[in-house]
Amino acid sequence: MGISSVLWQFLVKWLHSSALFPVEASTIAPYTDALYFFLVAVSLVGLAFVTILIFYFSLRYRKDKHPVAVQIEGSTILEATWTIIPLAIFLVVFVWGGLLYFRIYNPPPNSMNIYVVGKQWMWKAEHPGGQHEINALHIPVGQPIQLTMISQDVFHSFSIPDFRVKREVIPGRYSTVWFQATDPGTYHIFCTQYCGTLHSGMIGEVTAMSAADYKKWLDGSTSGTSLAQNGERLFASMGCNACHNGNATARGPNLAGVYGSKLTLTDGSQVLVNDAYLRDAILNPSQHVTAGYAPIMPTYQGQISEDGLIDLVEYIKQLQSNYRIQQTFVTADSNQASPTTPSVGTNQDSVKP
Amino acid sequence: MDNTVATEHPHTHETAVHAEHTHVSLPQHRHHFETVEQQREAGSFGMWLFLLTEIMFFGGLFFAYLLYRNWYYDAFFTASNQLSIPLGTANTAILITSGFFMALAVWCAEVRKKDMLVWTLILTTVFGIAFLGIKYVEYHEKWEKHHIPGAHFDISEFVNPAAHGIKEKPLPPDMAQRTQVFFFLYFAMTGMHALHMIIGVGLLFWLIWRARRGDFSAGYVAPIENFGLYWHFVDIVWLFLFPLLYLINRHPLH
Amino acid sequence: MSSTATIVSLPDQATARLPKRSYLNNEDGLLSWLLTGDHKRIAILYLISITFFFFIGGAFAGLIRLELLTPQPDLVAADTYNKFFTMHGIIMVFLFLVPSVPATIGNFLIPIMVGAKDLAFPKINLLSWYLYVVGGIMVLAALVLGGVDTGWTFTTPLSTHYLNTHVITAALAIFVAGFSSIFTGLNFIVTIHRMRCPGMTWFRLPLFVWSNYAASLLMVLGTPVLAITLVLVLLERVFGIGVFDPTKGGDPLLFQHLFWFYSHPAVYIMILPGMGVISEIISTFSRKRVFGYTAVAFSSVAIALFGFFVWAHHMFIMGVSNYSALVFSLLTMLVAVPSAIKVFNWAFTLQKGSITFETPMLYAFGFLGLFTIGGLTGVFLGSLGMDIHLTETYFIVAHFHFVMVGGMLMAFLSGVHFWWPKMTGRMYPESLSKLAAVTTFIGFILTFMPQFILGYLGMPRRYHAYPPEYQVLNVLSTAGATVLGVGYMLPLLYLGWSLKYGAIAGDNPWQATGLEWQIQSPPLTENFIEIPIMDHEAYDYEWLEQKQKNEVTTVG
Repeated sequence: MGISSVLWQFLVKWLHSSALFPVEASTIAPYTDALYFFLVAVSLVGLAFVTILIFYFSLRYRKDKHPVAVQIEGSTILEATWTIIPLAIFLVVFVWGGLLYFRIYNPPPNSMNIYVVGKQWMWKAEHPGGQHEINALHIPVGQPIQLTMISQDVFHSFSIPDFRVKREVIPGRYSTVWFQATDPGTYHIFCTQYCGTLHSGMIGEVTAMSAADYKKWLDGSTSGTSLAQNGERLFASMGCNACHNGNATARGPNLAGVYGSKLTLTDGSQVLVNDAYLRDAILNPSQHVTAGYAPIMPTYQGQISEDGLIDLVEYIKQLQSNYRIQQTFVTADSNQASPTTPSVGTNQDSVKP
Repeated sequence: MDNTVATEHPHTHETAVHAEHTHVSLPQHRHHFETVEQQREAGSFGMWLFLLTEIMFFGGLFFAYLLYRNWYYDAFFTASNQLSIPLGTANTAILITSGFFMALAVWCAEVRKKDMLVWTLILTTVFGIAFLGIKYVEYHEKWEKHHIPGAHFDISEFVNPAAHGIKEKPLPPDMAQRTQVFFFLYFAMTGMHALHMIIGVGLLFWLIWRARRGDFSAGYVAPIENFGLYWHFVDIVWLFLFPLLYLINRHPLH
Repeated sequence: MSSTATIVSLPDQATARLPKRSYLNNEDGLLSWLLTGDHKRIAILYLISITFFFFIGGAFAGLIRLELLTPQPDLVAADTYNKFFTMHGIIMVFLFLVPSVPATIGNFLIPIMVGAKDLAFPKINLLSWYLYVVGGIMVLAALVLGGVDTGWTFTTPLSTHYLNTHVITAALAIFVAGFSSIFTGLNFIVTIHRMRCPGMTWFRLPLFVWSNYAASLLMVLGTPVLAITLVLVLLERVFGIGVFDPTKGGDPLLFQHLFWFYSHPAVYIMILPGMGVISEIISTFSRKRVFGYTAVAFSSVAIALFGFFVWAHHMFIMGVSNYSALVFSLLTMLVAVPSAIKVFNWAFTLQKGSITFETPMLYAFGFLGLFTIGGLTGVFLGSLGMDIHLTETYFIVAHFHFVMVGGMLMAFLSGVHFWWPKMTGRMYPESLSKLAAVTTFIGFILTFMPQFILGYLGMPRRYHAYPPEYQVLNVLSTAGATVLGVGYMLPLLYLGWSLKYGAIAGDNPWQATGLEWQIQSPPLTENFIEIPIMDHEAYDYEWLEQKQKNEVTTVG
């Protein structure tokens, strides 16, 4: 978009230094700010136009100077003008905003996935390598990060103003947001959807670090097991492997490599297997029966926490041909980027329940 | 038009005064209407508008039904099969009959037949109460089978129908849980409908009392007409509720 | 710009008296007021009630701003603060803004403006007031019993499963108050359709009537959906049903759709009557017919119609699909256009007029500026990508206060000042009222302009505590709120004073057109001795001039 001109930098930094404007700390921030400045400019022009009109008419036609009013019915030309011009401007704003929206809510294919669980009144961030944070999020600069988020209780909303991103965190379904940080530093995380008593306490900090610092942090904060390893343990302890064991005669479908694939269900419909599908299939199995299998899977609603579900989803994501790969998984390498997010244009969240 | 200024058209004032005398001949004529016709039209328009608000009111429930039936179709038709078709059909017939008597009552009022008006209103009420009675029976049955949503809801009939002597496919437990959503909508929609019927029956008692006094046998039919509109509306809501709740996937040869 | 010219024309105060018989002294005693069918008395009852609730809601606003002086949560406990903004929202939206112009000025004037003796259903009008009072008492009950902290938006599952405050009482209160609104709207629609006097065609109606008609359509069609939504919330809360609970198969987003399906048209319910007032004011104080009468009339109905199709713009980041977000964003842009049309039409009404700057006109100018800003910032929010950053922050708070307070409340005050002499027969002191208008305007800007900046910085709404770097802007905002409070107190004082000591206004102190100005002040109970016959257009100043020339003015 050609917007990092000297003038732009100057304007933004000057505004920020006067504490009236947030920093631009992500790749998308300049795009948001560009639209904002355009809107401000249009508004100022529009307001100035209306104000000047009103002031001018009020002065020029005040009673002292213009004692007799001239009755004017109207003017179709003027009506058409001030209908079409605002409409045209609003439509430009609509298109621009729509493009920006798609940019903000469609992650690039190589995003690194981090899970966020919101609950009253804290944020839990879970890195695939097993690093867990509360009210904090450490990320590398220059790498697209996708957050897969869910709430354990009520609506929350995850907001990083300096990145210009925000998304509602909903109970019962995943929502996602992505960003790429540009400058190392710490930035506010806010919960922006009223969620009860300590809504204003549900705040935290994003720490953006250089890639090297991030690696150091990862190594230093891991709990020793990755999410997928936790998932493997849960898979066994919940008895999933009784049916999903990859044998030819198994009662449940083979889960190796199923993530990202297109699955045909018993009713003939085809679904894309993404995070939301996996989670839903565990909680509402009778609506997600793979073709050729009987609807005998029990529901785990109420038996697994959202954290547990995330572990399981991560585990299934990692499953390739061998159900036992986790045993050779080296802790130090547990921060590898997760498999690429399925990107066939489907919104991650809108899976048929 | 203004009592401190001499009007320009004194004869208008006279004709208006003359017109005043013919206006107030009917006892039901409210003073702010110029003519009885205007009053009647306004009353009718008001009732139609009110019914429009009722459509919007029920609409929220219908929308929720639309959504959840789409999501949980299996649970919906299985739960729907637990509702009693004979009772539901009887209720439909009863309500239509009640509506018939109400329409007859409107005619009676218009042709000024006082006794027949009272009888048709009474019959409307009787059939309305019969409807509510059958509804009570149905609700009671649901109570006994633990199909009322909430803490005591029991899904065993849906998970294991054979054990309860029911010829249905068993539902997986998670889908069986969704039958609660169906029953919630069943109680909310028929309950809201029943509430409107109870209010209607109450109004009918009042109308019967006034009809016996002869209030509606001298040309003043607006309350009967407008109530008729209300009653028919409640009837129509039921005509939507019955197939949506009772007849989801009924096969005649089932 | 100072001009001593004025169009106010009062009768000679030495000899002027209030009319012997008017709706105020027609009957005596409390019961004659509490059981009245007279739309004017009901309007006064409403005026007293909503003023009462306005100051309670305003007190909560003051407490909120007081807490926000400091970044720390140090004035009250978190739960208490949450109750403050919830009560502020519920009272201001449902007990003040929604009934403000329709139930007071609308009730008083619509029958007179169409040339009728009363509304179509006077008893329902009275019932409407009682429902309002019951709803209001229930809100007060919820307050006294300990308050409710759901936010005025009652978001589930917070309100259904995660709070143990008086949600049921508050929800029932709004349910009852909603029917008050429905009945008012129903009454207006039937009256406007069926009780116009001979010669009063649709296009001879004052634009005030058009605006209230459009708002009434919204009241009648939208409010029942709120009613059923609240019923569902209550049932879920009381019986533990899972209609909005995902663990039981429900969908929390269903609540959002149902709630906003009403609550978006609700904001047009709130603003349209105010726009109607502005049309009357600008016309009267420019001595000119409103420019583009037909355009303004149709744009009111267009706003009402389009207003029904944009509700999901409150849900852009909540998980609606990208494509439905696009549709709602486009429709939101469309609904902005009629408002823009109106603003330009009002501005051009001033052209070649003969303008004076009495208090109602000052409020109208304030409206024009502040509503334009508020409306334009709505375009910011309707733009999808922009909304992601701005939603749920103080930008939203600033936006809706600009349109609701800078717009609607200013219009309400403008209307109250304009029709005060008609309703009471008395004039208020002009210099004090001008002072109040200017104070309000300045206070408002100081209070809410900083909030736009805070919003872009990212400060979330409904926050009890905030990061310290936001403090300066918050302090400015609170300072403005103090000024604003003074500006709102003043009318209470001088309007009350004018009831006993104000100048006698006479029939038509503003020399306005419109049927209400051709009858006595205060009007007779039956409004007209004989039903008028409308033989001229709306805002026909030439007709007025003709009439004034032919008048034989008698004393007493």
